[in-house]
Amino acid sequence: MAEILTKTRARNIFYGGSIFFVVVFIALTAQSHRHIVKTSTAGMPLTEQVALGKHVWEKNSCINCHTLHGEGAYFAPEIGNVMTRWGVADDPETAYEILDGWMQAQPSGIEGRRQMPHFEITEEEMRALSEFLRWADQTDTQGWPPNDAG
Amino acid sequence: MKYQSQSVAKAYFYCAMALFGIQVLGGLLAGWIYVSPNTLSEIVPFNVIRMIHTNALIVWLLLGFFGAAYFLVPEESERELFSVKLAYLQLIILMVGTLGAVGSYLVGIHGGREFLEQPLWVKFGILVAAVIFLFNISMTVLAGRKTAITNVLLMGLWLLCLLWVFAFINPENLSLDKMYWWMVVHLWVEATWELVMAAILGYLMLKLTGVDREVVEKWLYVIVATALFSGILGTGHHFYWIGTPGYWQWIGSIFSTFEVIPFFLMMSFAFVMVWKGRKNHPNKAALLWSLGSSTVAFFGAGVWGFLHTLHGVNFYSHGTQITAAHGHLAFYGAYVALNLAVFTYAMPMLRGRDPYNQVLNMASFWLMTGGMTFMTFVLTFAGTIQTHMQRVLGENYMEVQDSLSLFYLMRFGAGAAVVIGALLFIYSLVVARKREVIQPGPAQAVAGE
Repeated sequence: MAEILTKTRARNIFYGGSIFFVVVFIALTAQSHRHIVKTSTAGMPLTEQVALGKHVWEKNSCINCHTLHGEGAYFAPEIGNVMTRWGVADDPETAYEILDGWMQAQPSGIEGRRQMPHFEITEEEMRALSEFLRWADQTDTQGWPPNDAG
Repeated sequence: MKYQSQSVAKAYFYCAMALFGIQVLGGLLAGWIYVSPNTLSEIVPFNVIRMIHTNALIVWLLLGFFGAAYFLVPEESERELFSVKLAYLQLIILMVGTLGAVGSYLVGIHGGREFLEQPLWVKFGILVAAVIFLFNISMTVLAGRKTAITNVLLMGLWLLCLLWVFAFINPENLSLDKMYWWMVVHLWVEATWELVMAAILGYLMLKLTGVDREVVEKWLYVIVATALFSGILGTGHHFYWIGTPGYWQWIGSIFSTFEVIPFFLMMSFAFVMVWKGRKNHPNKAALLWSLGSSTVAFFGAGVWGFLHTLHGVNFYSHGTQITAAHGHLAFYGAYVALNLAVFTYAMPMLRGRDPYNQVLNMASFWLMTGGMTFMTFVLTFAGTIQTHMQRVLGENYMEVQDSLSLFYLMRFGAGAAVVIGALLFIYSLVVARKREVIQPGPAQAVAGE
């Protein structure tokens, strides 16, 4: 490296530049926070039921098999658009019935097929989970995923 | 080993290696479930095994970093650690927390944010341990000689501990949850951990090659500058499709392209230092791991990261086996191999013996690195097919997965090689021998020296 870049100069560039990028990042994060709350997730109210559904999703560690908006484990299908895939994104009752029916049928026990565990979930929790998945589905994710397959 | 208190690092490295064993065995089991999905499905389902695999990895890497800090800071600061007792207390808290977390996962008690599934009491334990660590190490550094290596190392460790606060912030709004979750996950592995990695690599180069400190430290500042300049806004590549604004697609694409630079610099740095260096350090295995780490990190984190980071590509590849391929090689190269380099360098000194068992250690490097590389290739091929079938043609997820079974079988084989390599590595460091098995040959003069 050229003589012009001394150790002290390199250090000062490191500190100064890092502070600059941290400030820009914080500003953009604040703007993104507003965007999420006011625009991209505003299509459906974030009710207590949706919040409970998120808790059910977390308590059962669903993310360690499934992806949600593309993040998670890659062992089981994408869940962020599952309600669209099932054609029930605007139909809470049918959404609940299909979800409940699916989950009660697990594990399938079919040899050579990935097994979803059986989860002890009350009706209230199952309805909440269904609403949470409908809520997630209506998020404006910039058009992702490319198709219903997720 | 110059300072008595450096020996706390030994306990950290033993614990780290134990968790490393648990991690790779968990990974092998998870790989087997892809091949034979009914395995253990009713007793220990896949999600639990994956939590153990990822959590054990994160904790052992952190233990390695903490141990490395306790090993190199006394030498850099030219004084004993502020408190050896606090260092052991910190280790006990972390081990109780980790084993507690693994136990509670097995009985079904866990959170559900990926990688942050630890029960709340464990999270607090980690916080307490982090505070103890920062206090202990900062007191040591403040009282002693300040070097660029300790500067950067401390900055990385302070920031990563501060970012842990986001592990406690879990908004009810899923998109907000995801955005703040990345403040731990991305800003750890693609920003603050890179500072730690660069500092440790700088220290190893200083010791192994004998290059002038001024040169090493200037490189170090340039490397970490490029790491943070690219890595902070590079967080944007995780904000494409989670409900965050569209401008992140451009910010993320541009800045995460630059994220290749620090890894390229670290690789160049390591090789240039070795070429320039005059010292013929006897610990060849540590040198192999150091060079290997920076090289594999460049390919795994740099090249494989860039492969799917542009938003036009990521739109199709997001959340497929491509991501899994990148994740495995990046973590292995950047953080696993670097930790193993430190263990290889420090353990002979910590145990007061010559650096022998080199052949076994180096064999384990090639086994693990070969296995990891093969795994990355097969997962990349699987991910390419998956992307095309599922994301372009729109075929059903499970049908696509069924057509990837050959790749999953090969991935299991690659994983088995990694596990054998890992166990060999642990054996070569832990099981002591009194003498070298092979007598060293006569020293050969190098032309021009």
